[in-house]
Amino acid sequence: MMTTKHQSQPFFTKQLMWVALTDTLRKLAPQQQWKNPVMFVVYVGSLLTTGLCITSIYQGNEQQLGFMLAITFWLWFTVLFANFAESIAEGRSKAQAASLRGAKRELMAKQLNEPHYDTDYTKVVSTLLRRGDVVLIEAGDFVPADGEVIEGAASVDESAITGESAPVIRESGGDFSSVTGGTRVLSDWLVVRVTVNPGEAFIDRMISMVESASRQKTPNEIALTILLVALTLIFLLTTVTLLPFSIYSVDIAKSGTPVSITVLVALLVCLIPTTIGGLLSAIGVAGIGRMMQKNVIATSGRAIEAAGDVDVLLLDKTGTITLGNRQASAFFPLNGISERELADAAQLATLADETPEGRSIIILAKQKFALRERNIQELGATFVAFSAQTRMSGVNIGAKQIRKGAMDAIRTYIEAQQAKFPDEAKQLADTVARRGSTPLLVAEGGRVLGVIELKDTVKGGIKERFVELRRMGIKTIMITGDNRLTAAAIAAEAGVDDFLAEATPEAKLKLIREQQAEGRLVAMTGDGTNDAPALAQADVAVAMNSGTQAAKEAGNMVDLDSNPTKLIEIVETGKQMLMTRGALTTFSLANDLAKYFAIVPAAFASTYPELGALNIMGLSSPANAILAAVIFNALIIVALIPLALKGVTYRPQSAESLLRTNLLIYGGGGVIVPFIGIKLIDLGLTALAF
Amino acid sequence: MMQHIKPALFMLLFFTVLTGIAYPLLVTFGAQILFPAQANGSLIVNDKHTLGSELIGQSFTRPEYFWGRPSATSSSAYNAAASSGSNLGPSNPNLRELVQQRIKVLRELDPSNTQPIPVDLVTASASGLDPHISSAAVLFQLNRVAAVRHLPLDKIEALVTQCTEARQLGVLGEPRVNILRLNLALDNRRSCLE
Amino acid sequence: MFINTYSQISLYLITLLLLAKPLGVYMANVYENNPMLLNRLFAPVELALYRLSGIKAAEEMTWKQYVAALLWFNFFGGLAVFIVQIAQAYLPLNPQQLANVSFDSAFNTAVSFVTNTNWQGYSGETTMSYFTQMLGLSVQNFVSAATGMAVLVAMIRGFQRTHATTIGNFWVDLTRGVLYILLPLALVFSFILVSQGVVQTFKPYLTIPMVEQVQASPPTQQTSSQTIAVGPAASQVAIKQLGTNGGGFFNANSAHPFENPTPLSNFLELLAILLIPAALCHSFGTMVNDPRQGWTILTTMTLVLLGALLVTLHYEQAGNPLLNALGVDQTSSLTQSGGNMEGKETRFGIVNSVLWATTTTAASNGSVNAMHDSFMPLGGMVPLCLIQLGEVIFGGVGSGLYGMLIFAIIAVFVAGLMIGRTPEYLGKKMEAFEIKMAAIVILIPAFFILMGTALAVLSDAGKIATANPGAHGFSEILYAFSSAAGNNGSAFAGLSANSPFYNIVLGIIMLFGRFGIILPVLAMAGSLAAKKSVPATVGTLPTHTPLFVLLLIATILLVGALTFVPALALGPIVEHLQMLNQL
Repeated sequence: MMTTKHQSQPFFTKQLMWVALTDTLRKLAPQQQWKNPVMFVVYVGSLLTTGLCITSIYQGNEQQLGFMLAITFWLWFTVLFANFAESIAEGRSKAQAASLRGAKRELMAKQLNEPHYDTDYTKVVSTLLRRGDVVLIEAGDFVPADGEVIEGAASVDESAITGESAPVIRESGGDFSSVTGGTRVLSDWLVVRVTVNPGEAFIDRMISMVESASRQKTPNEIALTILLVALTLIFLLTTVTLLPFSIYSVDIAKSGTPVSITVLVALLVCLIPTTIGGLLSAIGVAGIGRMMQKNVIATSGRAIEAAGDVDVLLLDKTGTITLGNRQASAFFPLNGISERELADAAQLATLADETPEGRSIIILAKQKFALRERNIQELGATFVAFSAQTRMSGVNIGAKQIRKGAMDAIRTYIEAQQAKFPDEAKQLADTVARRGSTPLLVAEGGRVLGVIELKDTVKGGIKERFVELRRMGIKTIMITGDNRLTAAAIAAEAGVDDFLAEATPEAKLKLIREQQAEGRLVAMTGDGTNDAPALAQADVAVAMNSGTQAAKEAGNMVDLDSNPTKLIEIVETGKQMLMTRGALTTFSLANDLAKYFAIVPAAFASTYPELGALNIMGLSSPANAILAAVIFNALIIVALIPLALKGVTYRPQSAESLLRTNLLIYGGGGVIVPFIGIKLIDLGLTALAF
Repeated sequence: MMQHIKPALFMLLFFTVLTGIAYPLLVTFGAQILFPAQANGSLIVNDKHTLGSELIGQSFTRPEYFWGRPSATSSSAYNAAASSGSNLGPSNPNLRELVQQRIKVLRELDPSNTQPIPVDLVTASASGLDPHISSAAVLFQLNRVAAVRHLPLDKIEALVTQCTEARQLGVLGEPRVNILRLNLALDNRRSCLE
Repeated sequence: MFINTYSQISLYLITLLLLAKPLGVYMANVYENNPMLLNRLFAPVELALYRLSGIKAAEEMTWKQYVAALLWFNFFGGLAVFIVQIAQAYLPLNPQQLANVSFDSAFNTAVSFVTNTNWQGYSGETTMSYFTQMLGLSVQNFVSAATGMAVLVAMIRGFQRTHATTIGNFWVDLTRGVLYILLPLALVFSFILVSQGVVQTFKPYLTIPMVEQVQASPPTQQTSSQTIAVGPAASQVAIKQLGTNGGGFFNANSAHPFENPTPLSNFLELLAILLIPAALCHSFGTMVNDPRQGWTILTTMTLVLLGALLVTLHYEQAGNPLLNALGVDQTSSLTQSGGNMEGKETRFGIVNSVLWATTTTAASNGSVNAMHDSFMPLGGMVPLCLIQLGEVIFGGVGSGLYGMLIFAIIAVFVAGLMIGRTPEYLGKKMEAFEIKMAAIVILIPAFFILMGTALAVLSDAGKIATANPGAHGFSEILYAFSSAAGNNGSAFAGLSANSPFYNIVLGIIMLFGRFGIILPVLAMAGSLAAKKSVPATVGTLPTHTPLFVLLLIATILLVGALTFVPALALGPIVEHLQMLNQL
């Protein structure tokens, strides 16, 4: 199963730009700016220099006015650029969410007066539905809200959400009982209990997360903000105290004038980490957006961030590691029974079994012995369905009872009839299991006929994936209901680090707790109701959209594609978000070096012309030097918006080599780029004869 | 909070007795037995006369003596009751003036000497009590002392060699000459070999 | 000369690194309460002491209790030093009959010694009686050092433990630090110092007729005799070097021939400055069960020190260009060390003065064997920068390493993000609380250095104290506040800081520079101890590689130094450029 990225969109659309631009201005409200302490300092600085400009104009003090106006202008642009970055990220993510929401519009719903099919309903607007309400959905109706099927079965078109065009079956009970608002029932009917209040659906929550107003900062974002605030305070100290230092220097050097407030504000804005400060929330919002692009809905930014920290991945064997369609590959009859006899019995027992696995037995029987498919009705046979108690399925034809099932189930069945379970059957089953295949035993009456080998195919490319994960330091554990022998064989073939065989929900939960007790962060996927406790325990829990409501409630992410392999992509997205923050923080800090070389000699040019020796960039004049630094500082925010939105490229490799690469690019680059940038801007200013 | 007060006071008392009384007393007692000369100031004694401390420089201002480092101690040079450097910054005009003055004095004293003046002879030491000067500073003054004292150069050179201290253990510190000891040797009051 | 310079530096660093390892492991054993030889001697003493003081040694403290115990102890300690000073005229062991110390100076000195700063606003031989030096100052030399080590050990326990509520017992850590580490080392070291000529006597100052005067006839106006200050110096010098205290017995500190008489004593005192801070890196590695972590930190410190050393060496050895112009010979040759010898001693020459200046400011020792005020502008800027980095390059005993660990945490934080994981150090996740505490630790010195200097240059009382004109005067003020906030204690000593303004302001800053950092560090220790430990994988940022060393150095330089660039530009940097222009 591949991810369907049907919501891909151009980077900037015209409409998006327009919304973003208006948002940019709307965010100038002080209470909005206050949320971002670093940019708030720039905001206050801009207000201050604006005030100084107005005072100068009012007092008719023309000297330096041009310079002051230019600085003020660019300071405001710094603020606006940061707002714009946030707006554009929000806009994109909202567009993403809106397209996910797709058909979710205001609908008329048929609210049932009593929670069953044969009762009257009243038509209500879907947005009025509350949790617990029961609605009837008939063929052609849209599902009005997320809910759980309590009666009926129907085929549902979920393409609006998943992009998958084939309809899926939703029915009461079992693991396919949940429906998502906005999907459409194609045939039959469903009685659904609404499970969310208006505005609480996953998509609603997701949309609210990208709106800065209600967005909760993630733990790392909080920690980083603290660090940025501390750095801002330090540089605030540096610049504030520079005024008395400058006054004193003028006094002792007996030349020049103290540094002006405008220059100090310019220095402050250049030194504080505006690059990361301005892009920080955009990075977070874009991270959520990228998840959505992968058709994953996260219920919190915290969950996305935690995904980057995952140490252990619990992966279901079926569907994730193996293709999941086990195919019958051979018949192994017991001594004294012919292979054809076994194939015949197996075919009979499987006639009513519509699973791909069952079909493969019939096909194998046909291939090997040209056994034709018989009609179950014509034989007068009754089909015995698989049940959780017996864990067998089969057929009764008159007195003849044929059963197939796992070894334990068949052993119980045989022993229940006071017969002896033959050792040979066990040996055969073990041989098959050791190959990584699943042995399916066939018995007739009290007699074991033989073993069918069901071969499971490991997905192509999955082994390489696990190698990558290992390189990232993530341990993979395969979860399977198979016995140890089968599990070990598949685990070896797929290259997982560990496996949990004969997994029960309790065993899964125990495994997660053990891993967590050792300090590891665990991620898993799940769909069934019995996965819910484990999902709730796991740190990153991805519920399949096809799964039950209970599973979705227990998880902190929902994968609309219901693709368990996506866990790996989720981890990468989480890492990417953190990396982008780290990279831009490093870049921002490293920038300060060049800015010092630009501003320090310029700021004290009148007092200590000797400091001109530090003007290693050869900037044209003190005013231009300061202006160039401020302009660079503003433009770099815009220049880095695409990086903030797309995220730093992530390649699976060890922490050490990842750090080396990023340190070189963002640390080294952060030192060099501003030297070049400021010089170029200065050349531009000179050319414009500013 | 309060439960810590008693332990705090007791501990302070204990450590005061241990490290403030017992420890220095023990060291003093031991030092006076093991290294009495050093513990009492490394004094140079000759015929019951104390001539000075080997470690504390003295001021020499007359041409027949080798001069030591300029001293910036307060009230008078080489005031061993108030050690101190000049703390003049490298760019301080006073420093330049002082050095200029010292150069002038040295040049006037020995006009024939055209060698460049070794830096330690015109810069104040850190303690103001530096007992040493560099060999270069001794060599610079050699001719003058010989001339004033009417002594042959090689005799003084021999004395200087006797009084020159090499690097300790062959590596540490700088080669240097103890001025007080050299001048005492010149005066025949105490040889550097003693 | 070149060979000699570098062989002295190499000999020093190699000896230091060789001694650090065994001592570090020994200290780890002391704090882990492992059985050892000295137990036989000190265990009964410990037991009796705890019983008398009402201390339950087996009971551990939460971080808050640890802080409370530490603060009370330091409060009483400071009070005692204060009282001894203002009453010394009435106390014994005052052969020179020195007067009581003024209130502001006594406050400053009490704070200075309790905070392990040992800034000396006073001049030792003319101010402090033997009684004050011993019972006041010397005691704090021991216990303030032991306090620093205790805080460090508490922080290491934070890394060691999981889901724990306590971080050790302050009284036990304090006592063991003094009994098993500082006292034995100081005792041995004292005797070695005496053998080299450091005085140790209770006799009054000596008066000796001067050689030149005896010969003079007629007697000139000059004093005919020399008064030589002596005292119980060796015992105090030993601990002031070992405990990164640095407060000299005499005014000229370790430049004084009675505190540091020979190149060998100089070498050993130099070793003593960095010995415990370097060894503690190994204690750290041993205690967190990963010696590589200790080596990494030690390598980082050594590299920064070496860099600083070479810069200073370059400028000091090059000498003062203004004097070259006067015909002074500053070249290094077989007969002289040459270089900028103003404020330096002949027996130490350039290399030992520079080595001392960088180690004493890298470590928050603050003792000097040359006058930093007379260093070349950039030569003097390096010690200033080392202080401003936060006293983490070796740093004070204990305090240097816990400060360095804070920088490591910040480096890990930024780097951790860069590799896409919630940053973790030694298995502990670095979250908002840790970053908050780390931020406080970094903000406090920056705040007090810059604001203090600003206050001084705005007030007459501050400005009048400068001894040198121009930008150098600004450097003097900046250095004083850096030294106080960093708990270093060295000075651009031309500054007349023994005034009520400086005594009080610097005193307050020293308090914040010490306890304003200990508090968040212990809070962090508490928080770390309560955390679970994350096992390391290849996805974990390794904190023992050359890359991490590089990262840590970059973090220290960026976070520590960027703050002060403008201030330095107005002090040493412009002074340097002005001097070049004068040529």
